[in-house]
Amino acid sequence: MNIEIDLRLRQGRFTLDATFSAPSGLTVIFGRSGSGKTTLINAVAGLLKPDRGRIKVGDTVLYDAASKISLPTRKRRLGYIFQDARLFPHLSVQRNLLYGRRLIPARARGDDLDHVIEMLGLASLLNQYPAHLSGGERQRVAIGRALLASPDLILADEPLAALDLPRKLEILPYFERIRDEMGVPILYVTHSAAEVARLATTVVVLDRGRVTQIGRAGEVLSDPNVVPTGVRSLGSVLQATLVKHHDDGLSELDAGGVALFVPRVDRPPGTRMRMRISAHEVILSNRMPEGLSALNVIPGTVESIRAGEGPGALVTLTTPSGPIVGRITQRSANQLGLAPGAQAFAVVKSVAIAPEDIGGGRANGPLDTL
Amino acid sequence: MQESYLWLGPNEWLAVRLSIKVAFWATLISLPLGVMVAYSLARWTFPGKQILNGLVHLPLILPPVVTGYLLLLTFGPMGPIGRLLEPLGLSVAFRWTGASLAAGIMGFPLLVRSLRLSFELIDPGLERAAATLGASPAWIFMSVSLPLALPGLLAGSMLAFAKAMGEFGATITFVANIPGETQTLPSAIYALLQVPGGEAPALRLILVSVVVSFSALLLSEFLNRRLASGLRRT
Repeated sequence: MNIEIDLRLRQGRFTLDATFSAPSGLTVIFGRSGSGKTTLINAVAGLLKPDRGRIKVGDTVLYDAASKISLPTRKRRLGYIFQDARLFPHLSVQRNLLYGRRLIPARARGDDLDHVIEMLGLASLLNQYPAHLSGGERQRVAIGRALLASPDLILADEPLAALDLPRKLEILPYFERIRDEMGVPILYVTHSAAEVARLATTVVVLDRGRVTQIGRAGEVLSDPNVVPTGVRSLGSVLQATLVKHHDDGLSELDAGGVALFVPRVDRPPGTRMRMRISAHEVILSNRMPEGLSALNVIPGTVESIRAGEGPGALVTLTTPSGPIVGRITQRSANQLGLAPGAQAFAVVKSVAIAPEDIGGGRANGPLDTL
Repeated sequence: MQESYLWLGPNEWLAVRLSIKVAFWATLISLPLGVMVAYSLARWTFPGKQILNGLVHLPLILPPVVTGYLLLLTFGPMGPIGRLLEPLGLSVAFRWTGASLAAGIMGFPLLVRSLRLSFELIDPGLERAAATLGASPAWIFMSVSLPLALPGLLAGSMLAFAKAMGEFGATITFVANIPGETQTLPSAIYALLQVPGGEAPALRLILVSVVVSFSALLLSEFLNRRLASGLRRT
């Protein structure tokens, strides 16, 4: 189901003026804080009223200023996952989960109650009250509550931002499963490059209330002119298949015929994975390096070199594994004689690939439907 | 003789029972209206909001005698509303229902203040979350706002009840001091203090008054704690 959004909304001195359409799957709204991400998602939810525009999900028009259509929030068939969970403190987990489900006609309810409880591991929490839950548990219940409302559109507003890293790693796979298994379009707001790399089917970059780029995760994260969150977010997104787990704690992946070793990932061999390699974790060499501790060496040719305003340069390699960007100094680029067309090797330490940077799923969504 | 010194006589019992009846109905009737007014003051902006707020608080600052006299003007047999109620058999002047009306109005600001504070303390994000899950405004109110405001509702009701038990000025001005009909505890105490030898029964009634008010306070405190711990479940 496509999402079509065309919105104009003024809030004091801030103007949101965003137009984009995204194919089914998970669409990340990516931007710094203050870029209008939450305003946008709240307008889609009907919690804020746009000045004009049109919002369409699949065949349903949620809002159309021209024909004066504006469905109230309760009729938009949403599953909204808030950053702060917003569980009802006076209701048990079970009654929180069923809150939305009871409000929709019986024939519209999916028969997925047990499935959702099982998938999110909520069975043992059903009789607890929200105040008794940990942050991660609370967010899992919030996800379950949203899913059980049988939504036509899932909205998530920085759902991991309030969690510490272990909790983030606990929740991220659920969003991968929702994206890959539920077939419901998802609008997901974040400012985290790792979440973009792992989750996005499509990335919509928002800057000061305007859409500056729409593309796949790999395209957006490797483009210094587009990434809204600074050079530290730059990186490449590789598609790989999990080959096997080694006894020394490493997992071996195959990325376009190149073997890559990463800290163990808990998935069965054969799983399709996507992984993010931060540009500043990449070392470049102009010949096959020897005597290095780094396990991953990916051969390629230099496609482009972009010098930044500071001492840095962003080098893009074409490799069998896909494009890889490395951020090195301009001095190094000159000393190595790197130029477009030259042979080069990208070196990546296994431990530089953090658990939050690697997850299941295809890196390349069907952007051709745009 | 010793017994009659400590125990209430039939007339005094009458006053106690009447007082509880009057206060009970005063609180019960003002609850729905109080909830509506408190919620609209807490959540909505509308023209005349400050006027409504002022009207609600008026009984708190006006001399009770003035409130009572205004009630008499309005609800008395000649008053604009009293004249309409009379043929319906709903006359309130010089009846215990009138005493309830006066007591309810005097306790209303306390009820509304407590409820309004409770509503204001509820995260509006929770109500919005309920809307995204498909709840109508009325259902959001019933399933989220009202249950979360329950501690304030209880505290406010107890305060209003205690105030109604002790109301004197407006009541005696509006419905006079008729034993068995409008003679509540304070009016009875007042009447007893006007006659020689009335101090002993007056003192007994004062004791009852203190016990009832204090129990109401303790009960509300207790319920509040249970509710709060119910929400925390820690």
